Amino acid sequence: MRSVVRTFRQPAMIIPNITFPLLLLAINSNGLRAATHLPGFPTNSFLDFFIPIAFMQGALFASAIAGIDLARDIDNGFLNRLALTPMRGSAVILGQLGGAVALGTIQAAVYLAVGIAAGVRFETGVAGAAVLFILAVLIALGFGGLGIYLALRTGSGEAVQSTFPLLFFLLFLSSMNLPRDLIKAAWFRDIATANPVSYMIEAMRTLVISGWDAQALGLGFLFTFAMIALALGLSAASLKTRMART
Amino acid sequence: MRDQHGIQAETLAREFKGGIRAVDGIDLHVSPGEIYGFLGPNGAGKSTTVHMLTTLLPPTSGKARVAGYDVVKHGPRVRAAIGAALQEAALDPFLTAREHLRLQSSLHGLTRQQRRERSQDLLERVGLTQAADRKVKGYSGGMKRRLDIALALVHEPSILFLDEPTTGLDVQSRSALWGEVGRLAKGEGVTVFLTTQYLEEADVLADRVGIIHRGHIVAEGTPTELKAEIGRPTVEAVPSDPSQRAGINDVLSKFGTPTAGAPNAVSVRCEEEADLADIVRALDAAQLHVAQIQLHEPTLDDVFLAKTGTSLEGAAEEEELETVSV
Repeated sequence: MRSVVRTFRQPAMIIPNITFPLLLLAINSNGLRAATHLPGFPTNSFLDFFIPIAFMQGALFASAIAGIDLARDIDNGFLNRLALTPMRGSAVILGQLGGAVALGTIQAAVYLAVGIAAGVRFETGVAGAAVLFILAVLIALGFGGLGIYLALRTGSGEAVQSTFPLLFFLLFLSSMNLPRDLIKAAWFRDIATANPVSYMIEAMRTLVISGWDAQALGLGFLFTFAMIALALGLSAASLKTRMART
Repeated sequence: MRDQHGIQAETLAREFKGGIRAVDGIDLHVSPGEIYGFLGPNGAGKSTTVHMLTTLLPPTSGKARVAGYDVVKHGPRVRAAIGAALQEAALDPFLTAREHLRLQSSLHGLTRQQRRERSQDLLERVGLTQAADRKVKGYSGGMKRRLDIALALVHEPSILFLDEPTTGLDVQSRSALWGEVGRLAKGEGVTVFLTTQYLEEADVLADRVGIIHRGHIVAEGTPTELKAEIGRPTVEAVPSDPSQRAGINDVLSKFGTPTAGAPNAVSVRCEEEADLADIVRALDAAQLHVAQIQLHEPTLDDVFLAKTGTSLEGAAEEEELETVSV
């Protein structure tokens, strides 16, 4: 609860994080509209194609906020204060994730509302929009977990911040701007194919532009759950070192 | 809240990576209801000791019992019996004082009604009722420290650890905090383990003082006992004419060994029971004039100097270079 309250008491941190992906969405959906003329491009609306990226960027920002907040708790001794109470160690991680999930939920609702108002039409209808919303929140949870792991591992807000561009790099090396089969450079296509972020984007993308696709959805949810499990596992292991109480 | 067991440690040690022994086999015995001042410069091992005694850091070797429980085997029981305000005023800048107290009391399992009452009681006790619903980021250092101590008292602990509670506070806040710590120990029987790098704080507040230097306890006793151990007072003379400084130094050196003092003064630690009149007569005979002459009783800094060969202030600078993070 504290992490949720704290997250929403930092408007200077969350407002740019919500608006930046919307700005990028507005710019790219106009500037890169010509890409829809490529033979084989799956839709004639770049807005429909690109809207999943807003959710991904929102999740990355939520990750950074969760990580920086926890690093601050470690740095100023708040984690020690918690460690002196009967609180379970796992509750530190879950509590901190609350802030990331709450922010991820608000972001997803805003992006969905703005997208629909701007003309995004879901091939899968209201049910598809609901599934996308759930997937977006889960992705925010997964990336939030990675932010928490980095904070626990390094104990430094600066270290968390410096790894943030690396996560963004992961986004750029995915099928963010083009479908994988239209990426000409083989090395880029190979990296995008090996990059789990591509499958998260493609799961959301199929819900908007091509209808129910069990394989895409299965892969998207699979990689998302794998990321959540990995992040929580790494966080739990790092917490044992960071909170070494007897 | 009244403590029955106090704190005991035997050859307690903590070694960090690279073989650095931040605490090197210390013995401690703190009686119930006592205020124990743990005095030493930065990096001497004070905070590492507190972290071990509060179960936040496992010792590398040795044993410690706090409130009757072994700090390694019975961590949760120790934590239930103690309160701690550690070196950093560990507060969330985006929460209010009341929210901090409610959170802390809920983590200690108090009911909603108890949380409300206990929070209000503690806010009144530390004088934060007016600021209770303001975010902590706007608080002064003294207000943060008071809240920090209130948070440590939420579950009515019988032993309180205060790690440099007055560092960075102004004189008024420091004195108010001393008053509160004194009330807790003398009025409610709470055992207080207080680390400090301020001699005055240890002198005024502590029933007994332990001096730690480079991970070892080099002296222990009541402030009076420790000072009596040194026994020898200091004479400090300020020359009327700075050109007579060397002459005054020669005369005073007959009565004791030169020691550090005010920059404009000549200081000696007397060899035996000093008679100020003899010193004044000797200066007069040598036709030397002083603007001021004083006899100082030994201080804890003199004790520190005698035990470690350096003054506390000098040791702080020296040891900051070797500070070990915990």
